[in-house]
Amino acid sequence: MMRKIERLILSILIGFGPLPALAQDAPAAAPVPAVTTAAVPSGSPEYVKAEPGIGQPSGGYSLQTPMTSIAREAQHMTDNVLNPLMAATAVFVLLLLLWTVFRYRAAANPVASKTSHNTVVEVVWTVVPVLILVWIAVPSFRLLANQYSPPKADITIKATGHQWYWEYEYPDQGGFSFDAVMLTKDEAATRGSPYQLDTDNRVVVPQGAVVKVLTTAADVMHSFAIPSFWVKMDAVPGRINETWFKVDRPGVYFGQCSELCGTKHGFMPIAIEVLPKEKFEAWVAAKQQENGITPPAAKVAAVDTPAPAAAPAPAPAVAAAPAAAPAA
Amino acid sequence: MATPTALAGSGDHAHDDHHDHTLSFAQRWLFSTNHKDIGTLYLIFAIIAGTIGGAISGIMRLELAHPGIQYLTMLTQGNVDASYHLWNVFITAHGLIMVFFTVMPAMIGGFGNWFVPIMIGAPDMAFPRMNNVSFWLLVPSFMLLVGSMFVEGPAGFNGAGTGWTVYPPLSTAGHPGPAVDMAILSLHLAGASSILGAINFITTILNMRAPGMTLHKMPLFVWSVLVTAFLLLLSLPVLAGAITMLLTDRNFGTHFFTADGGGDPVLYQHLFWFFGHPEVYILILPGFGMVSQIISTFSKKPVFGYLGMAYAMVAIGFIGFLVWAHHMFTAGLDVNTKMYFTAATMIIAVPTGIKIFSWIATMWGGSISFQTPMLWAIGFIFMFTVGGVTGVILANAGVDTYFHDTYYVVAHFHYVLSLGAVFAIFAGFYYWFGKMTGKPYNEFLGKLHFWVFFIGVNVMFFPMHFLGQDGMPRRIPDYPVQFAKYNEIASYGYAIMAVGMLIFFVNLIVSFAGKKKAADNYWGEGATTLEWTLSSPPPFHQFETLPVIK
Ligand code: HEM
Ligand SMILES: [Cu+2]
Ligand SMILES: [Cu+2]
Repeated sequence: MMRKIERLILSILIGFGPLPALAQDAPAAAPVPAVTTAAVPSGSPEYVKAEPGIGQPSGGYSLQTPMTSIAREAQHMTDNVLNPLMAATAVFVLLLLLWTVFRYRAAANPVASKTSHNTVVEVVWTVVPVLILVWIAVPSFRLLANQYSPPKADITIKATGHQWYWEYEYPDQGGFSFDAVMLTKDEAATRGSPYQLDTDNRVVVPQGAVVKVLTTAADVMHSFAIPSFWVKMDAVPGRINETWFKVDRPGVYFGQCSELCGTKHGFMPIAIEVLPKEKFEAWVAAKQQENGITPPAAKVAAVDTPAPAAAPAPAPAVAAAPAAAPAA
Repeated sequence: MATPTALAGSGDHAHDDHHDHTLSFAQRWLFSTNHKDIGTLYLIFAIIAGTIGGAISGIMRLELAHPGIQYLTMLTQGNVDASYHLWNVFITAHGLIMVFFTVMPAMIGGFGNWFVPIMIGAPDMAFPRMNNVSFWLLVPSFMLLVGSMFVEGPAGFNGAGTGWTVYPPLSTAGHPGPAVDMAILSLHLAGASSILGAINFITTILNMRAPGMTLHKMPLFVWSVLVTAFLLLLSLPVLAGAITMLLTDRNFGTHFFTADGGGDPVLYQHLFWFFGHPEVYILILPGFGMVSQIISTFSKKPVFGYLGMAYAMVAIGFIGFLVWAHHMFTAGLDVNTKMYFTAATMIIAVPTGIKIFSWIATMWGGSISFQTPMLWAIGFIFMFTVGGVTGVILANAGVDTYFHDTYYVVAHFHYVLSLGAVFAIFAGFYYWFGKMTGKPYNEFLGKLHFWVFFIGVNVMFFPMHFLGQDGMPRRIPDYPVQFAKYNEIASYGYAIMAVGMLIFFVNLIVSFAGKKKAADNYWGEGATTLEWTLSSPPPFHQFETLPVIK
């Protein structure tokens, strides 16, 4: 709580500071890898445990904890530039309004003035908003430009929206695919996940990899969204949209379909598991075996994670994702 | 501003008062060609539709009060999937009813019809019979929409669950039954009704102003309706085209919006929002006009910066046609397009700011009294500001990646609509109630209505900003448990708001039952527009001899 208030005050100060302030004080990132993947019993598939406040709503009033650099930049912009500026604008109008109605109430001012023009104030209240908007536009455009200049992709996944579940395909790993259906209340409880956010199969991606996501849909429109990654991209039948993220911290992160898609629109969540590289590769190998794909045919992305315990990288470390040109 | 110097026609009042008694009920109310009677019909219609739309949202807030599905299944014999679909039907109906059958009929059809001719010193609208057609198109349109809830939509379920935006392919392949056809035809009729109305207002305002009533002397409410009418005239045909293409995609094998036939679902979004963004200004501009009149009246001062106010509305209307894709920031637009739409959208905040500051400047130096209409108008200014600043936040395409289709957007548009447009409607309603009915409303109940409603809607909609920041998607009947707290608070807000509405209806009954008569100009020196020179209610035909404005 205290920390929140502190950040609020700080952010208001920064909001009013000059632009360069933007370069500093990225919002506190999530506590770094307390690697949570360890203690899951082997045998049945392992699922990273959901952590309260990470990759899911917190139940509070603030943005979800940012997990990507874009999310951090955007959140910084929202919390420290937009919200304080806009809150200040609203408060300013409120105070001005209250002062005016108090000062010029009929009891205090029985005779109204006849003034109906004042060129100076009219110019001021036109020019000042313009300046504020320009102030906003600079970081806003920078954020947009950054969103649209992804680094070269390490791995590509294709997310296809169906009524009412997501299907994921790994084109560079031999093209296996699977469906991800929402867990029932009981299943979610067993797994220790929040209801309505977790799926039976999760998307698995390697830690620190630039993940290119292609979205499309099989029937009606859906939207692939993970708030903590600052990712939301519509899935449109007959079109392929592209977005990306890069998450350094292992864990599981949730999102929900964000385009009305019919009856069970509220019940087709997105669950993304970020694993250390070696675990990811083990997962891929298992999936390939399950689908009868011979490993050499599969290309595993080369991810240069500063892997702590340098895992034995499987032979063909061919960079995946041909033509990873940014959409821009 | 405009001061009437001669009201030569006023001698005929006695005669005019008798005029309406010669009409039978059917002649007067079904075949009405009198702008005031048609305005009254529109207002009654809006109140009925608003009550239905509000009741639907009551069920929605009740269901959202706690996680899980508790109430919808009662309406579907326990069938959970059917209850999910019913949810979608409710959000669709609520949105369409509030936009097309409540706010638009109240502001343009109701107050526009009643007061635009009077304020410009005209005896009636330019095309009185077309005016009647406009209103009576709305009735079958509303029946089609309500009827669509009872015929099949998606296989096995009744009603159109497409959202008010009616995006394909959900509205085509996703809804094979006739419900969506009915909803589309309903929109066609409502659109035709509005286009006819718009032609009528444009013609009336441009051709029927009394001698001396130049454009730059017109009251701001008339200006606002003029700009609104142009927006309607230019944007509605685009909606009509888009939904006609939907209709042919659905029924005649065309592929405008299906990719496998060479079409594109995103094309529909462009067409819809090319209409849709001007539409949101259609919903608010007449409110701007009313608030200007009311602030000026109760401050006993002319509007500050009259020309700036009028041309700010023109600018808003113009720029409003250039920003539509800010509703499509996650649809897969390229980065340059998003930059353009970010910039264009932010520019709208400038004329909007001019209006807000000019209202405050109108009060500045005034001698302000706080009767009910003024409370609503002051409430409007602040609540609209809150909605405006969240609009500026959403305008940033990079930030909107997060907020699009979350409750943050729901909070934004309810601040500009439920706390903006609706506040303006109540302000106008109380302002002109005595003029329209000849009876004063009850001041105490009016103020009580304001305060209870004000608290209710804020408790209801403010927490939605928090839900949006925490990532709650819109249009879902159930939610992860983390969202429970603010949803519960919001639902309590609805209950408070509902009490406010109850007070409104009690006020209506009390006021109509009262025996007091409203004076001609019951607001006194601050009320300078032409309606205050007439009796309350005005004669059946006013200005048979045109007033001359100096
Ligand atoms: C300062 C002026 C305004 C700005 C900058 C602004 C900006 C925006 C933006 C960017 C969105 C899209 C958000 C999203 O879907 O992700 C939006 C949505 C919306 N706005 Fe505004 N807005 C403004 C004023 C208004 C006004 C005056 C109204 C109506 C009275 C209005 C009604 C709406 C509605 C209804 C939506 C949601 C439509 C839907 O998706 O169903 N806005 N606004
Ligand atoms: Cu969906
Ligand atoms: Cu818009």
